[in-house]
Amino acid sequence: MNHMYKKKIWFAALSLASVHVLVLGAGFFAPYDPAEQHRDAPFERPMRLHIFDSHGRFHLRPYVCTWVNEGNSLGPPRYAEDCSHTWPLRFLVREETHAPRAALGPARHLLGVDAPGRVFLLGTDDYGRDQLSRLLYGGQVSLFAGLLATGLSLGLGAILGCIAGYFGSWPDDVIMRVAEIFMALPWIYLLFALRAFLPLNLGAGQPFFLLISVIGLAGWARPSRLVRGVVLSAKQRDFVHAARGFGASNVYILRRHILPEIMGVVLTQAALLISQCILAEITLSFLGLGLGEPAPSWGNMLAGLQKYYVLENCWWMLVSGLALVPVFLLYHLLADALCAHFKAPGLSRKGRMTIEKLQVAI
Amino acid sequence: MRYLLKGTVLAMVLMVLAAAGASSVPSPAPRAVKPDEDVLVLPGEIGERGGRLVASLHSDPKTFNPVTVVDLPSKEVIALLGADLIHINLHTQHTEPALAKSWTVSPDGKRYTLELRRGVLFSDGHPFDADDVVFSFKVYLDENVHSPQRDLLLVGGKPIRVQKLNAYRVAFDLPQPYAAAERLFDSVSILPRHLLERAYEGGTIAKAWSVATRPAEMAGLGPFRPKQYLPGQQMVLERNPFYWKADFRKNRLPYLDEIAFLIVPTEDAEAIRFQAGDVDVVKINAENYSALEREQHQRGYRLDDLGAGFEYDFLFFNLNDLSAKQLPEIQRKQEWFRRFEFRQAVSAAIDREAIVRLAYQGRATPLWEQVTPANKLWINQAVEHPPRSLERASALLRSAGFSRRTDGMLVDAHGNPVEFSILTNPSNTQRTKIATIIQDDLKQLGMRVNVVPLEFQAIMTRVFDSFDYEASILGLVSGDADPNPEINVWTSGGGTHLWDQTGTLPVAAWQAEIDTLMRRQTAVLDYKKRKQMYDRVQEIISTYDPVICVVSPNILVGAKNSLAGVRPSVMRNYLLWNAEQLFWRREAGKRQQAAGQDSH
Repeated sequence: MNHMYKKKIWFAALSLASVHVLVLGAGFFAPYDPAEQHRDAPFERPMRLHIFDSHGRFHLRPYVCTWVNEGNSLGPPRYAEDCSHTWPLRFLVREETHAPRAALGPARHLLGVDAPGRVFLLGTDDYGRDQLSRLLYGGQVSLFAGLLATGLSLGLGAILGCIAGYFGSWPDDVIMRVAEIFMALPWIYLLFALRAFLPLNLGAGQPFFLLISVIGLAGWARPSRLVRGVVLSAKQRDFVHAARGFGASNVYILRRHILPEIMGVVLTQAALLISQCILAEITLSFLGLGLGEPAPSWGNMLAGLQKYYVLENCWWMLVSGLALVPVFLLYHLLADALCAHFKAPGLSRKGRMTIEKLQVAI
Repeated sequence: MRYLLKGTVLAMVLMVLAAAGASSVPSPAPRAVKPDEDVLVLPGEIGERGGRLVASLHSDPKTFNPVTVVDLPSKEVIALLGADLIHINLHTQHTEPALAKSWTVSPDGKRYTLELRRGVLFSDGHPFDADDVVFSFKVYLDENVHSPQRDLLLVGGKPIRVQKLNAYRVAFDLPQPYAAAERLFDSVSILPRHLLERAYEGGTIAKAWSVATRPAEMAGLGPFRPKQYLPGQQMVLERNPFYWKADFRKNRLPYLDEIAFLIVPTEDAEAIRFQAGDVDVVKINAENYSALEREQHQRGYRLDDLGAGFEYDFLFFNLNDLSAKQLPEIQRKQEWFRRFEFRQAVSAAIDREAIVRLAYQGRATPLWEQVTPANKLWINQAVEHPPRSLERASALLRSAGFSRRTDGMLVDAHGNPVEFSILTNPSNTQRTKIATIIQDDLKQLGMRVNVVPLEFQAIMTRVFDSFDYEASILGLVSGDADPNPEINVWTSGGGTHLWDQTGTLPVAAWQAEIDTLMRRQTAVLDYKKRKQMYDRVQEIISTYDPVICVVSPNILVGAKNSLAGVRPSVMRNYLLWNAEQLFWRREAGKRQQAAGQDSH
């Protein structure tokens, strides 16, 4: 039984790791700079990869054709595929040098086509920016904002929850009341107000870290209450009483007996919280409170869909939303498997019960 | 307890019924036109009476008071509730008689004598005469009332004088001859003295006619009068049964029984509701135009691209005197912004064609000066429209002491990297797009531009009050084809002189020239001479770029096919400016309904 959960954990963890590696290596995997505008190609449909040409001949090296805008200068672009000239895919292509760029990327990209051809496998957005590149670079922001913000809120939550649960009395009261205040705050409105007071020129990384700290700080209250609950039950256990009887210090008891008990809760919580934090980043960016243009994130990529025209005509603009689904499923699978793993034999009966209760709460 | 609950439910049901009932009360039938009544007879098709037109507003109206109104939704409603003495026909752009049936001008051009219509009644049935006119101008010109209209009624800095000659004749004395003075009367809504005099004397006129005022306590001379207001939902107007216009068969206008304004917060929601048939007339943006265009025929509506309007969107830098403010960072950057070479370089680098294509799908006109192609009488065709050129931009920057660092970043003479922020309001998607395109254009010059989306109100506070901004993209809409109302924008010290509100710094030679030209042209009566002066103003603006004009969006409107009498204008209220002549073609409506049922 336990073995199956382990398999599940490994599967989820490895898949997630590969997604993260993919977005971390966006500089290599993405064919273009995410901010590069191809102004003659707004809202271009995803290109088709051909291996058979119009004569039915097989090509080992897949190729793309160009989309030609058949619309007139008034109104939306209307694209039709023009295969009179084909552009075979090239791998490990050397970067073309454009106008001076601030972003440091590797000199080679995984795939591309010879100039002046272009390859937009997931289409382009309203400025003619490659959606695939934006998806990969945007993932850096969204996925890592989720990870780091979870680290922050869980770290804070675990420490404060331990203190509250273990020491009880006034620290417990103070921490729990503050946690309640944090949960009661109307965050979105506060953030809108905060946005008006922020300095206008933020450095390159600043908005990202600001975003992480906001999400992290807003989210510590719930995990801290959970951890406090587990610590409260753990400190009543016989072996804790025994250790105290033998004269063990608070630090020793926390480290030796309490922390191992809360490990399962924290890990399970982490897997759940990460997806929530990713969603928080996406919500904030969607509302224009996240990273500014031209930096991509999955949230501000989705923000384009607020427009009726885009929603009706450009299905490929949904791509960041679609990417979210497997990532969330994997995180939930991980949470589920972790939960079950920690519930499995090897854990005390009471510990299992706590986990069961938590699972209901989740 | 149970009784209490029952009572509450009953009360709620009654409230709902009352709310529903209020709008189902039939609108009053129009009073027959009397033979001695001075009605204004309008040419055009004879319409069919009845029906309700549904339009939309982006937010709730804030007031129904024409004296203090500033926000657009309120203005759109108030425009249908009131009337002016002389009116600018939004279709022809020429003035035409309204409540004044004729007027004469003294040979020196300083005295206007207006002959008022006889037998005109306010929407509550009270007669209108010269006392109402004198009272209205007293209110608008009173400094303590702070009416935004007051500025427009000053000639050479002095207010015009109003004198009652008899019950139907009023004289207006201008302090000096004023070009196109009869245009001053447009949009000055005449107030009912019998309802507002007490409030004026008590000093509370600015607070009168709020959104909480009962419809019965308000009256005007417009084609409609308020009927019901449900905050957050809709504003319903009903026919003014005493309106002073008629068709040539002497049927009193308006034809429609009611106009309802639904509160629809976003442009996209508005477009969707129009497509679904909930809203009958709409003004839309270019992307929604594309989205709605395809189903025009199936759904029984038609869209119209009216071409360039009177709106001009522009980028401007903060050139305020900041010595009294604690904003050292912006003050340092102002050294760049004040160099006209810097502004010229920015203008040269902006890809206006791309903005027209990407932000407006081609439904806009690139601009280099403030007068849009819609204003055929006043546009200076000789102003140069240089194509985008990064080389010219770079040369201009070099001549102003800027240089490129090895990493490509542009630095000023002291070695400071050129980085600034542009404020935009995200609710206007086109402007956000303009900002993003400009950001990328300027990146190619080595400038780092941050686009900061802020609520519109927050931008206004920064631009008009705290001056805590570096640059912003905004749009202005000329209120009239004539250049006079634009004085506020272009002369130093004007209320809408956006880029320098402080007005404490010595003005540059080119600004001084604009000031003189704008003031001088108001006193010249000859169109050709005025045009020469305004041509020069346009030239200066496109050369020195105090604001960098970028684009003028086309006016795009839609209306249901069965709505007749539609003559859309490129000026506000685009489709409703002739609301009194709109009517439902009943046969067409029935046919359409039948077709709809068949297709189901």
